[in-house]
Amino acid sequence: MSDGKTIILNRIREALRNNPAPRPHPGHGPLGIGKPHSAPSVQTCREWLPKVGATREEQIALFALQSEALKTEFYRCATIGEARQIFSKLVVAEEWKRVATHDAPDNVALLEGATVETLYADKGYAIDALESCDAGVTCCECLVAQTGGVMVSVASAGGRALSVLPPHHIVIARSSQMLPDLTAAFDLVKQRYGKNLPSFLSFITGPSRTGDIERILVLGAHGPKRLTVLMIED
Amino acid sequence: MTTFATEFQQKSGQYTTDRGFRAFIQKGLSGYYKKRDENKARFQSWQGARDHAAEIKYEAINNLDRHLEEFAEKIEARGAKVFWAPSAFEARDYILSVARENRVRSIIKSKTMTGEEIHLNDALQNEGYGVFESDLGEYIVQLRKEPPFHLVFPAMHLTRKQISDLFQKELGSMPTDEPEKLTMIARGVMRRKYCEADMGISGANFAVAETGMISITENEGNARLTTSLPRIHVAIVGIEKVLPRLEDLALFLPMLATAGAGQSMTCYNTMYGGPRQPGEPDGPEQMHVVLLDNRRTWLLADAEQRDALGCIRCGACLNVCPVFKNVGGYSYGTTYQGPIGSVITPHLRGLQEWKHLSAASSLCGACTEACPVKIDLHHHLLQNRRNAIRIKSVPVEKVAFTVFSLLMGHPWLYRLAVILGRIFQPLHPLVEDTILDPLRAWTCSRAFPRVAPSSFREQWKKERGEKSA
Repeated sequence: MSDGKTIILNRIREALRNNPAPRPHPGHGPLGIGKPHSAPSVQTCREWLPKVGATREEQIALFALQSEALKTEFYRCATIGEARQIFSKLVVAEEWKRVATHDAPDNVALLEGATVETLYADKGYAIDALESCDAGVTCCECLVAQTGGVMVSVASAGGRALSVLPPHHIVIARSSQMLPDLTAAFDLVKQRYGKNLPSFLSFITGPSRTGDIERILVLGAHGPKRLTVLMIED
Repeated sequence: MTTFATEFQQKSGQYTTDRGFRAFIQKGLSGYYKKRDENKARFQSWQGARDHAAEIKYEAINNLDRHLEEFAEKIEARGAKVFWAPSAFEARDYILSVARENRVRSIIKSKTMTGEEIHLNDALQNEGYGVFESDLGEYIVQLRKEPPFHLVFPAMHLTRKQISDLFQKELGSMPTDEPEKLTMIARGVMRRKYCEADMGISGANFAVAETGMISITENEGNARLTTSLPRIHVAIVGIEKVLPRLEDLALFLPMLATAGAGQSMTCYNTMYGGPRQPGEPDGPEQMHVVLLDNRRTWLLADAEQRDALGCIRCGACLNVCPVFKNVGGYSYGTTYQGPIGSVITPHLRGLQEWKHLSAASSLCGACTEACPVKIDLHHHLLQNRRNAIRIKSVPVEKVAFTVFSLLMGHPWLYRLAVILGRIFQPLHPLVEDTILDPLRAWTCSRAFPRVAPSSFREQWKKERGEKSA
């Protein structure tokens, strides 16, 4: 196996040796003309990407706007009690019998008193049992204002499958988890986990979708048909 | 003429004369243009983002050995197995051996163009494995036993009627003309497959060296299921997919979404660093990363076209290409269609056999302008043409251009040719549409312009003469 590695690395080094490629040229022009640059700094990509307001209120407003475009159902809840009310309405409206979740204080609080069976996916599960759940309730690492996305990981969403297998994904988040952009989200997980990043990190940006038939949008291709974000003010 | 070139001519002739089909493709893309422009406009500077992305890719590709080693080391430390495959053969062989050793019964795949490139499905099926494509578009073309039509929109050439008929025939479903119902039929079928499969095969959009992670971008959730439920995950990753830092994704993920599908962000952007880690509740027991060269290092050795390795396979160049829009994805006969396919296929599969693709271009430059990482696509098409001639000149072309330069370099000769043209053109109808017609290649589909009774030069002289008189 180390053979293939040596072969490929040697080929690469051979190809690059004394054989410099023209530098990318800034602006509209073709490559090859122009002064050499310094390596790009990570911070600067914020200068190009869509603008995000500096205050939390602006960021929440942007998240709400993006959610609408993505067909994410986004609710601002003053208290966990308010979130519980929305949840109970969903249970009744969609006739849920069983929901899957993982062990975290906010999940437990949300499900308190709910008239549904609960499967804790973080305690191990049979695939079919999780598949037959009506909804998956998870926490998240953070919310991303710029894209209207939710970042989840193994640690914050009870594993890999819980947030994608049931047909309705409910995210419970705190307003203090709102971050401006993806760069901030990456900084956060690096700070939180250091070198031991979870084996799975995902930005979920709206419910599952496809345009594979005549480029017409259909929600719920393989993942959840609905995504609900319940954000509790703190 | 090679068979590939002949096939290209035949198929492109067929598709370009089918007006209904061309209109269908145009209609499919019209929604994309609108959404793409809306989302580009949300960027503070799309051009700045392109420059930045090109810089990051430049750094990554020109230090490829260092980044790849770092990536492999980091992901191996997290328990993944990295296999370095110099060619398609080794890659297929390795994946087959993983399947055999683990007594795999059923395989589910999410979209991977690299998998198409190495003809993985055929290899697995020949060994008796059931392989199911889970991406809706890929599943549809798999049922039709066709390759993907477009590297991002695999089934964009099919109408809902065709898909409904296909599902009715292959799955026994009720006919419907609603895309939503059709999608739900596929969803139902695929749910069973996810639960049963013991091996999931995916591609990767990026490989992050810093953290030892692969990143997969998708809208449907099929890649997430493919990489969560089966006990083995195999990811096929072209060696050029490497990015130095995790933060680089903060730029590339939105750019890929906008350029590729006109979205601000694709629905699922997931980073995987190894199999299930100690203490994690689920995920595969094994993760295998197949790093594929398959002549990418040949392209790397061509400093002039090295930037083509920066390609993020967004398909933006296909969507704007006047050639692609008219000849369609199947005319190319390649894994990668459109301008990027025309540029890289000669490197991956042989210049002489695939040089005709570089000639099938109007050199309008729309592809270069659309490319989010600023690959100089239309100049690379010119370079391929030049390189092909350098190695093997075409006598007819050589004679034609010698005559052309003689005519253009000697005004008296040019004038003589015009006079001869005026004399002989009236005789042209005698041979037109027969094999004796020397201009047949032109006149079979277009009218040949008439040589003007008097040239501009002659008219100018006459006018001047009259005025001064």
